[in-house]
Amino acid sequence: MSASLDPSRSFQGLILTLQNFWAEQGCVILQPYDMEVGAGTFHPATTLRSLGPKPWKAAYVQPSRRPKDGRYGENPNRLQHYYQFQVILKPSPPDLQDLYLRSLSAIGVDAKLHDIRFVEDDWESPTLGAWGLGWECWCDGMEVSQFTYFQQVAGIECAPVSGELTYGLERLAMYVQGVENVYDLNFNGRDGADKITYGDVFLQAEQEYSRHNFEHADTALLFQHFKDAEAECKALLARGDKGDHHEMVLPAYDQCIKASHRFNLLDARGVISVTERQSYILRVRELAKACGEAWMRTAGGGAAA
Amino acid sequence: MPDLLLELFSEEIPARMQKQASEDLQRLVTGALVERGLTYDGAIAFATPRRLALHIAGLPVRQPDTREEKKGPRVGAPDAAVQGFLKSAGLASLDKARVEKDPKGKGEFYVAVIERKGGATLDVLAEILPGVIRSFPWPKSMRWGAASVRSDSLRWVRPLHSILATFGPETEEPEIVPFEVDGIRAGNVTRGHRFLAPREIKVRRFDDYVPALEKAKVVLDPGRRKQIILHDAKNLAHAQGLELVEDEALLDEVAGLVEWPVVLMGEYEEAFLDIPAEVIRATIRANQKCFVLRRHDGRLANKFLLTSNIEASDGGKAIAAGNGRVVRARLSDALYFWKTDQAPLPDYSNGANSNKPLDQRMAKLRALNIVFHEKLGTQGERVERIKALAKELAPVVGADPALSERAAELCKADLMTEVVGEFPEVQGLMGKRYAELQGENPDVCAAIEEHYKPQGPGDRVPTNPVSIAVALADKLDTLVGFWAIDEKPTGSKDPYALRRAALGVIRLVLENGIRLPLFANSRLLTADLLSFFHDRLKVYLRDKGARHDLIDAVLAMGSSNDDLLMIVRRVEALGKFLDTEDGKNLLAGYKRAANIIRAEEKKEKDASAFNAAYVPDADAPAAEKALASATAAAAGEAASAVAREDFEGAMSALSKLRAPVDAFFTDVTVNDADPAKRLNRLRLLNALRSAVHTVADFSKIAG
Repeated sequence: MSASLDPSRSFQGLILTLQNFWAEQGCVILQPYDMEVGAGTFHPATTLRSLGPKPWKAAYVQPSRRPKDGRYGENPNRLQHYYQFQVILKPSPPDLQDLYLRSLSAIGVDAKLHDIRFVEDDWESPTLGAWGLGWECWCDGMEVSQFTYFQQVAGIECAPVSGELTYGLERLAMYVQGVENVYDLNFNGRDGADKITYGDVFLQAEQEYSRHNFEHADTALLFQHFKDAEAECKALLARGDKGDHHEMVLPAYDQCIKASHRFNLLDARGVISVTERQSYILRVRELAKACGEAWMRTAGGGAAA
Repeated sequence: MPDLLLELFSEEIPARMQKQASEDLQRLVTGALVERGLTYDGAIAFATPRRLALHIAGLPVRQPDTREEKKGPRVGAPDAAVQGFLKSAGLASLDKARVEKDPKGKGEFYVAVIERKGGATLDVLAEILPGVIRSFPWPKSMRWGAASVRSDSLRWVRPLHSILATFGPETEEPEIVPFEVDGIRAGNVTRGHRFLAPREIKVRRFDDYVPALEKAKVVLDPGRRKQIILHDAKNLAHAQGLELVEDEALLDEVAGLVEWPVVLMGEYEEAFLDIPAEVIRATIRANQKCFVLRRHDGRLANKFLLTSNIEASDGGKAIAAGNGRVVRARLSDALYFWKTDQAPLPDYSNGANSNKPLDQRMAKLRALNIVFHEKLGTQGERVERIKALAKELAPVVGADPALSERAAELCKADLMTEVVGEFPEVQGLMGKRYAELQGENPDVCAAIEEHYKPQGPGDRVPTNPVSIAVALADKLDTLVGFWAIDEKPTGSKDPYALRRAALGVIRLVLENGIRLPLFANSRLLTADLLSFFHDRLKVYLRDKGARHDLIDAVLAMGSSNDDLLMIVRRVEALGKFLDTEDGKNLLAGYKRAANIIRAEEKKEKDASAFNAAYVPDADAPAAEKALASATAAAAGEAASAVAREDFEGAMSALSKLRAPVDAFFTDVTVNDADPAKRLNRLRLLNALRSAVHTVADFSKIAG
């Protein structure tokens, strides 16, 4: 491996190291899902694959969009678009904590030098109808990952339980590179004229999307898109329903993801009141639950073919 | 006598659950043992982030043998009864039963003697421990791994990895308690610190378990971990000429996050000290679980203490630096919130005071229709009610009505600030800070912070009149509101902290000496709410050492019962009086008079006859005449003293009755043969009773 791909020198080196590590553990290395999502958990490789009895091991990078967290590129720690590295292992292996610690060691975090801690954090996603128990993983007081044993997803009990690891890649990279500002991260590990920083890649995008998220996204259109996605999700679920099995869960679930992101954009625009907020979350959850229920009637969900 | 050592080794247990879990483990195991006839010398339980441990010393090797006699049916009873008896006693035939004579001589009956041999304690443990583990009362538990395909798989707070369970006397090699839970077989092996000494450790008993763990960088006892942290934190602070800001709850939590505590000092830029100290502390505490330090002048220092879980190879430099970076990032956020809260909100700049940031937050609170309680309307509506009540109460507590109204207007505005959104525990305080920055009157600023006070029996009671007005208005509005929608506290449930609110009203009124007849000043007060106040007042006075019966004697009076200060004054005066000779004797005389009347009232068809006035009788004995005139005089004097609220005066009026009462009972027979004389004397005693009752209901007084 060239020095520029050392995980403590480059952002991409960090990602490649984690991918290699989890590939060695037998995970399928997937690519990001090609839709706007708020977290790696939304990828069907996690949401839907964590349901049903079939074993599953996957790892992937997922760009995550949180419209409300935009800061016009002015805050050194907050982004409306960032990367998560997601690992999902079903069933959760007995040595999951050790595997996680070994992955940290692979990217250069020495547990004899740094204070690594598992601090209680019960995870819940109201929109996905999902919850689990686990921890925030701290490295010298900084939360670098989330570690969750899924108990329920899309309103369905997980049997067996999956273990989910979510690494905050920018934070982790800032830590191992020792930089205070995310935009100063070395992206490609080169020096001088060849060096590309995180800011070179994403600063303009953060500025433009912050304007979009907070000021210019057309709220009337967004409301319409939300409704359309909700209606399409339900329609696809109805048309794919063949009684004992289901034939169109994945396209329906895409519409659920779309509705969820439209809701996040509307929320960032500040046009959803406190009471309405609950009802929108509930509407997305209903879609997620219906998709989960349908998934259980597919081959992926473990139903007999 | 043998000892039990039990350790349940798991992935990290949430800090807040550890103490309760170790107590539950001890309670459940010892309870199950005692239930099976196994008593012990002592038990002690511990918790670390990765283990629950229990040591029970001095258990017997076996359960005691038991012998039970079971009485059966009469000899010659129907066959069904006999068969039932044999079945329940576990006897094969009637030959195994004994025949005994009925002590009352009603024939003979069967008795079964059931003898049970006590089991080995080791086996009893193997029988009870799986049950304790399977049904352990974690507040939240989970399933994991391949076994979680089954819905009945073992649940634990986080995955359980191993069980250590040994049993045996000090002098011998202990045995492993033979049991298994969901594939985890109990053994004699544990592990040390996750990073510093992860190897397996073979354990015999508690005596070698604790030192072996200590060697493997695990301090088992949470109390000792706390001591170590506190001691090292104070030393580190002292070395820098600083003082630790102690925080017991944080210390508890931090001790539950480490097995091997190592305290380190980190720092941040002085510039962050512009943020209010409470916000810095809240930020560092809530997000980073670190202690803050103060300088000798009381101001916060730009240093903090963290508790790491390892002895790092570089002495902790990287850890302290890393934590410092996170604290700086957090304080940058806090600084941003603090500045944002001082900036205008252009969308909310209509109306009076529209250019002031805190007023704009209040406008936003109203505009967003934030709900206070679904049945009690919005926060905005609540603030309107508090304003009206504070203004009305202002003259009663000696406050300026306009300032009280202004303070009430702003008292909830900080709920819309970024800082309070992030750290709810600094509500009130932040309102005060922002009010100061926009140039509000100092009394208004103080009241915004203090209107939440007092928060409990130990909290400071505000003395500033404007603060008192708003604090009373806030609490009375809460109480009246929740009473109106029938959301009263029941048993241990008091989700809206209404007991605390009532105690707050009581302390505000009493400790500031305020006359506040509740009925007059809070139109919606109901008799039920008043009796809730009386109950809280009793608790409050009892805690202060007042006699329960004296409070009842005063409360039974009915009149001006909604004026808490007057109730307390009466109780005090009554207590003092009853401590005197006159008081004690008058109480005795009163009781004698009351007993006679009560006895006579039972005999009389028309007891109201006693209520008529005593008729002066020229032929009456001197003692009767003397009591009659003394009673009339004392009744008048006591009534006018009570009207003046001079309770000492009322007591001293009553004290004049003592001598005539004593003389009357010595010289005069109430039950005279002449019915007219008898009736007249009963009327005199009744008049005496009424005179005493102008002050308090003496019948409620003990002794």
